[in-house]
Amino acid sequence: MLTAHSLDDIVAAVRNAEAAHTPLRIRGAGSKDFYGGLLAGEVLDVSAHRGIVAYEPTELYITARCGTPLAEIEATLAEKGQMLAFEPPHFGGTKAGSIGATVGGCVAAGLSGPRRQQAGAVRDFVLGVKLVDGTGQVLNFGGQVMKNVAGYDVSRVIAGSLGTLGVIAELTLKVLPKPVAETTLVFDCDATEAIARLNDWGGQPLPISASFWYDGQLWLRLSGARAAVAAATGKLGGNATVNPEKHWISIREQTHPAFAANPLWRLAVPSTAPTVELDGLRAIEWGGALRWYAGEVDGDHAAVRAAAAHLGGHAVLYRAPESLRCLEGAFTSLPPAMLALHRRLKKAFDPQGILNPGRLYAEF
Amino acid sequence: MANMAQNGNNDICIELATLERRLRLFLPSHCLLLGEEDLRPYECDGLTAYRELPLAVCLPETEAQVIDVLRTCHSLGVPVVARGAGTGLSGGAMPHAHGVVLSLARFNKILRVDRAARLAVVQPGVRNLAVSEAAAPFGLYYAPDPSSQIACTLGGNVAENSGGVHCLKYGLTVHNVLRIRVVSIEGEVFEIGSEASDAAGYDLLALMIGSEGMLGVVTEVTVKLVPKPELAQVVMASFADVARAGDAVAAIIAAGIIPAGLEMMDKAATAAVEPFVKAGYDMNAEAILLCESDGTPEEVAEEIARVTAVLNAAGASDIRVSQSEAERLRFWAGRKAAFPAVGRITPDYYCMDGTIPRKRLAEMLSSIAAMESKYGLRCANVFHAGDGNLHPLIMYDASKPGDWERAEAFGAEILELSVALGGSITGEHGVGIEKINQMCVQYATPELEAFHRVKAAFDESGLLNPGKAVPSLHRCAEYGRMHVHHGDVKFPELERF
Repeated sequence: MLTAHSLDDIVAAVRNAEAAHTPLRIRGAGSKDFYGGLLAGEVLDVSAHRGIVAYEPTELYITARCGTPLAEIEATLAEKGQMLAFEPPHFGGTKAGSIGATVGGCVAAGLSGPRRQQAGAVRDFVLGVKLVDGTGQVLNFGGQVMKNVAGYDVSRVIAGSLGTLGVIAELTLKVLPKPVAETTLVFDCDATEAIARLNDWGGQPLPISASFWYDGQLWLRLSGARAAVAAATGKLGGNATVNPEKHWISIREQTHPAFAANPLWRLAVPSTAPTVELDGLRAIEWGGALRWYAGEVDGDHAAVRAAAAHLGGHAVLYRAPESLRCLEGAFTSLPPAMLALHRRLKKAFDPQGILNPGRLYAEF
Repeated sequence: MANMAQNGNNDICIELATLERRLRLFLPSHCLLLGEEDLRPYECDGLTAYRELPLAVCLPETEAQVIDVLRTCHSLGVPVVARGAGTGLSGGAMPHAHGVVLSLARFNKILRVDRAARLAVVQPGVRNLAVSEAAAPFGLYYAPDPSSQIACTLGGNVAENSGGVHCLKYGLTVHNVLRIRVVSIEGEVFEIGSEASDAAGYDLLALMIGSEGMLGVVTEVTVKLVPKPELAQVVMASFADVARAGDAVAAIIAAGIIPAGLEMMDKAATAAVEPFVKAGYDMNAEAILLCESDGTPEEVAEEIARVTAVLNAAGASDIRVSQSEAERLRFWAGRKAAFPAVGRITPDYYCMDGTIPRKRLAEMLSSIAAMESKYGLRCANVFHAGDGNLHPLIMYDASKPGDWERAEAFGAEILELSVALGGSITGEHGVGIEKINQMCVQYATPELEAFHRVKAAFDESGLLNPGKAVPSLHRCAEYGRMHVHHGDVKFPELERF
């Protein structure tokens, strides 16, 4: 295992790996080792390259090194009443002794939490990145300002690229004020009814910041100005609940029983897509746009992917036993022309293919 | 030398004849423009200072024709410049002298408005405002509202990642487009993004949006629609100096408020606008701020009260809150008419688009004041204050020898100062041809090389909009030499990092 304590360490590790043609497996806290393709290569641990570089509350941005734990960033933001609006999972960061997800891993994986339906995804908040490409070159894309259309928007592409385009060394993220008021309402309804209601509410100016359907209950979180939350509560009805924060954390962290299935499929679909196509529905998030299904190790995986595609979305084998991960890639395969484009793009940043090979697709 | 030029011209003539013959194979005559008279309207976009006549203009009506145009040009090695309404302000749609303009003007249909899913599928030649108009019966609208929204097209918005006065709260084009259909220079069709919340593979949507027609030609766009707020109200505040107005902007953000719009105009801008629109602006103020709040009536009332308190504490000399929709529109009318209003008091103006950290605003404005005397030209400033995007309007007279050159140098200095202050040379207008030299200031060689590699991954032939958006390293070397030759290091007082 290689440990990088600085940008220079990352550059040296990548240059050595490039010279020796040995693949590197980039790792922060390892909280998402389960996600994506099987892990290969020598571990490059970047969790020691950490620390907040700049935080300007009135400019709405924070710049941090890749190994900085999300917990540290969120605590710093909270002191000024601000937050990472895409509500990323920490995966273990809430346990004592664990640093939990790092900001570099968070952006590399591109996983957003419950507030995504209102605020946007990880990529919507990436303003700039310092990247070490597959030749050991340090590249700076984007910046610290909200609006910047000079050059291709490479920093947003890095979100969700699973470390295949470069080692993220430093990130600048847009931050937002925390909502003044928040409340959670609970409704009894089945999945079809939940999807219909969520889409109906979505077309109205309501301050809905998160939604979660599981086992006949629809949980709805309202966030915003005090008056707006109060007015929406009056309009929507439903039952109030005590201590809802714990509930939303369990969804963000996927410690809620809904996520206990293994294999677990993640389906991103249009919010209005019907539920009838597949068995094993566990939970619905993001106003209907995110569906979680329990799979079977020897199930018909192609049928799951086909059903998602038929609904206008795609399926990810999100969590699975290693035996299944060996056989079935995590992500839905790309059409040939699109795959070829991906490979050319990969080559533009990592010509030797040494960074996280196979983590996104087995082909590169 | 003369012979070479002659040969060059002959090559182009042969090229044109072949090109015309090949294009006529699939384009009906009303879809192909040739000859100077018909080509003249396409010689420039909204940046009229840069002009070039193309070899031909293609106006395809179907995606199959777009594919054929691109395949033909690719096989003949002819450059292609895609064009929407031609309202862009950075020369991104300026034709190539040896190339074809591919106008998407006839792709003007709204294909679907889906009320339940809150999205619209449109062709790229559909005007920005037309999308909101089509969505209005459902209580929905398309949020990005560039000032040219009455004319500019969605395809152009995608190419430039357009913003508008509401993007602080509602985001840029990149935050509001779900999916695009793109044709590569080789005529291959790609579906990028989807109606779902994400798509498999790299986030190519983020890469395509703002790529200035360098990577592919868009033939369909799916946009997100959002519920129209029940109410909007605007607070207008006057300030006796611009630094104080800048601090007030920071104070609003620090108070945890993200207004729907937060705009600033300096005295020169209000002086130009007020006689034109009679918005009731305070003519004695050095700067005025417009801060809009939207949402439910309860929400707006709460936010307006908070904003008013912050502005009072920040030393506003006068505060007015719009009491009716008519008054709100009147307050905005001046800001929205700032460009034409300035156009009334000067023969020509040159609009810049730098972005800076908000806290450096006062510094920027005093530097611009110094540049006004340095270049002997006046400048009015309007500012998307909430997101740090400054639009200085440099006034000049194109008929006076040397005026344009001074305006251009003035603009270049503003852009380079934007980078030095920690910002960007363009917030929403794009690099195009206009800011190609300043790209050499914002980015170093390794990043520019990476951009060229990205370009090659999509367009190895380099035929899509050549010479725009990303400068060649050779060009940057020339630009660097020119600066050294002039002997003055820019902003020596600033720390570089």
